[in-house]
Amino acid sequence: MLEKKTITCVACPKGCEITVEHDGDEIIDIMGNACPQGADYAKEEIIAKTRILPTTVRVKNGALPLCPVKTTKQIPLELMDQAMNKIGKKEVEAPLKVGQVIIKNLLDTGADVVATRDLPAN
Amino acid sequence: MIKIKKDVVVIGGGPAGLAAAAKVYDNGIKDVMLLERDFELGGILPQCIHNGFGLHHFGEELTGPEYSQRFENKVEERDIEVKLDTMVLDVTADKKVFAMNKDQGAMEIQAKAVILAMGCRERTAGAIGIPGTRPAGVLTAGTAQRFTNIEGYVPGKKVVILGSGDIGLIMARRMRLEGADVKAVCEILPYTGGLTRNVVQCLEDYDIPLMLNHTVTKIIGNDRLEAVEITEVDENMKPIPETSEIVEADTLLLSVGLIPENELSKKADVVLDDRTGGPIVNEGRETNIDGIFACGNVLHVHDLVDWVTEESEIAGEWTAKYVKGDYKRSEQKMNVKAGENVAYVIPQSIELDAEDRKRIPLYMRVDKPLQAVDIILYADGEKLYSFSEPFAKPGEMISVPLAQKTLDDLDEVSEIRVDIIEKEEE
Ligand SMILES: Cc1cc2nc3c(=O)[nH]c(=O)nc-3n(C[C@H](O)[C@H](O)[C@H](O)COP(=O)(O)OP(=O)(O)OC[C@H]3O[C@@H](n4cnc5c(N)ncnc54)[C@H](O)[C@@H]3O)c2cc1C
Ligand code: SF4
Repeated sequence: MLEKKTITCVACPKGCEITVEHDGDEIIDIMGNACPQGADYAKEEIIAKTRILPTTVRVKNGALPLCPVKTTKQIPLELMDQAMNKIGKKEVEAPLKVGQVIIKNLLDTGADVVATRDLPAN
Repeated sequence: MIKIKKDVVVIGGGPAGLAAAAKVYDNGIKDVMLLERDFELGGILPQCIHNGFGLHHFGEELTGPEYSQRFENKVEERDIEVKLDTMVLDVTADKKVFAMNKDQGAMEIQAKAVILAMGCRERTAGAIGIPGTRPAGVLTAGTAQRFTNIEGYVPGKKVVILGSGDIGLIMARRMRLEGADVKAVCEILPYTGGLTRNVVQCLEDYDIPLMLNHTVTKIIGNDRLEAVEITEVDENMKPIPETSEIVEADTLLLSVGLIPENELSKKADVVLDDRTGGPIVNEGRETNIDGIFACGNVLHVHDLVDWVTEESEIAGEWTAKYVKGDYKRSEQKMNVKAGENVAYVIPQSIELDAEDRKRIPLYMRVDKPLQAVDIILYADGEKLYSFSEPFAKPGEMISVPLAQKTLDDLDEVSEIRVDIIEKEEE
C-alpha cells in the first residue's frame, strides 16, 4: 500500500521536514531534504530505525558508582530494551579509560559498548 | 588569608570555563587559574551522558562526558592552575576574587582579568507555583539526571514530566530505558522548547505522548507523590477546568527553564540584561566592568554546548588582549538591539576595535516559532542585508554573521537592529 510519511531529519540541526512516499520497504519518492544525507536518513527511518544507545554501567571500586557508556555504532531501535537489560547485568572494575570496551559485539549487532569517560579507582 | 596574584582567574570549570582558560593561555597569557567548586571538571556535562554534542565543533557526535574530556585534556596539557573543591564566594569590581577550599582555607586572588563561567541553575516548583502539597518525588529534571547518571539511583517508576525543555526530553527517554513508565511530557505552550532531534529520538521513538497546551494544575500526595492533575490550557494559558485529568505518578520532573547563575556577577557590580538573565556584554564578552568577561550559560542559556565553546573562545581571546593592553573600548559604541520577534541578541553592543576580524557572530533567539523567515539587519533603521531560513524556533539559537566590511562602510551608526519575520511572498 502506498503511504506518505513526514519525517524530521535529525542528521544535522537544520531539521528539514522530509516527506517520504513508500510502499512498505520500497521507497517511491523523497522530498524536502536540503541535502543527500537527509535522503539516507529518511530511508533508514522508514526501513529500520537505528540509534546510538547511551547509558551507564555499574562500577566496582570506582570514584563514582557508575560509568557512562555508549554503543560504538547505531543499533536497531527495537533492541533497546534487550540491550539495556544486558548492560544492566554487567559490572566492571575501576579504573576505566574513555573508549575502553565494556561489552564486545552487543547482541550480535556488531556494536561494542565502550566507556565514555575516564573513571579512576576509589 | 592567603593572598595570590594572577593574570587571569576563571570562575567555573564547565565547558565555558575550560574553553576560555585554554584560549587565554594559547593567546600568550600563561598565568591562568581556574576555580571549580565541584570535585571534578566538566560542569554539567559529566551527567549529560547522551550523545548529540560536538557536531558543530568537532564534526562528530559525542556524549557529554566525551565532549568534556576533550576540553579537560586541553586544560591539563597546558600549564593552567586548576583548583577543585574550591568555592568562589565573592568577586569585586576591582577584580579581587575571594575563594575557599578545605586544604588552603580562605584565599584572596588579585586578578588583572576575571572570566565568569558559573553556568546556570534550574527553575524549581516554587518558582512556577503549582498548587498542592510538596511531597517527595517532585524534582527538577537536572537533579533526576544527576541521581540516575552519576549516583546510580533512578528516582521513580511512574513519571510525568512538566516542560518540554531538552533536559526533560532527555530524561523522559532515560527513565523509560531504565524501566520507568513515562506517562507524558506536558508543555503549556503550543510548541516545544526543546530541539527537534530530542522530540524525535526521546519521545516519538518510545511513543511517549507530548501534550502541548497542557500543564500540571495540582500536585497530590502527602509524603510521596501519588498523582498529578493535568489540564489543558486555552490560548491565554488559562487552565480549562473541565479538561482536568488525574494521572497516577510517583515522580514529577520539572523541566521549566534555566536561569543564569549571576549572584557573583552582581557582587562585582556587573549589570545584567532582564531578557537573558546574564550580563550585558560587548563583542569581546566583556561586561560593563573593564576586564570582567562572561561566557557560557552564565551569559545566556545555550541549547548546544558547541555554541558555548565558540563563545568562550571569543571571551578567552579578548581576555588575553585585555591583559596585554591590546585594545581599548572605542569612543563610538553601537548598541545591538533585538527587534521584531527577537527575544535577545548577544552581544548587546559593539565597541572594540579589531583589525583582523572578518565578521562578528550575533547570537539570538526568536520569541515565537515561524516557518520561512527573513532575518533582517538594520543600521540606524536602514536595511543592511537579509538572510532567509526555512524556520526559526525559540529552542534553537540562531547565529547571524555581521560582516566587518559592512561595519567599516558605516560611520556614526549608533544602533544595529535585527528583525526575524515571516518571509514576504515572492
Ligand atoms: C541539568 C542540565 C542539563 C543540561 N543538559 C544539556 C544537554 O543535554 N545538552 C546541551 O547541549 N546542553 C545541556 N545543558 C546546557 C549546558 O549547561 C550547557 O550546554 C553547558 O554545559 C554550559 O556550560 P557552562 O560551562 O556555561 O556551565 P556549566 O556546565 O553549568 O558549568 C559551570 C561550572 O561552574 C561551577 N561554579 C558555579 N558557581 C561557582 C562558584 N561560585 N565557585 C566555583 N565554581 C562555580 C559549577 O560547579 C560548574 O562546574 C544542560 C544544563 C543543565 C543545567
Ligand atoms: S536534509 Fe540535510 S540539511 Fe536537512 S536536516 Fe537533514 S542533514 Fe540537515
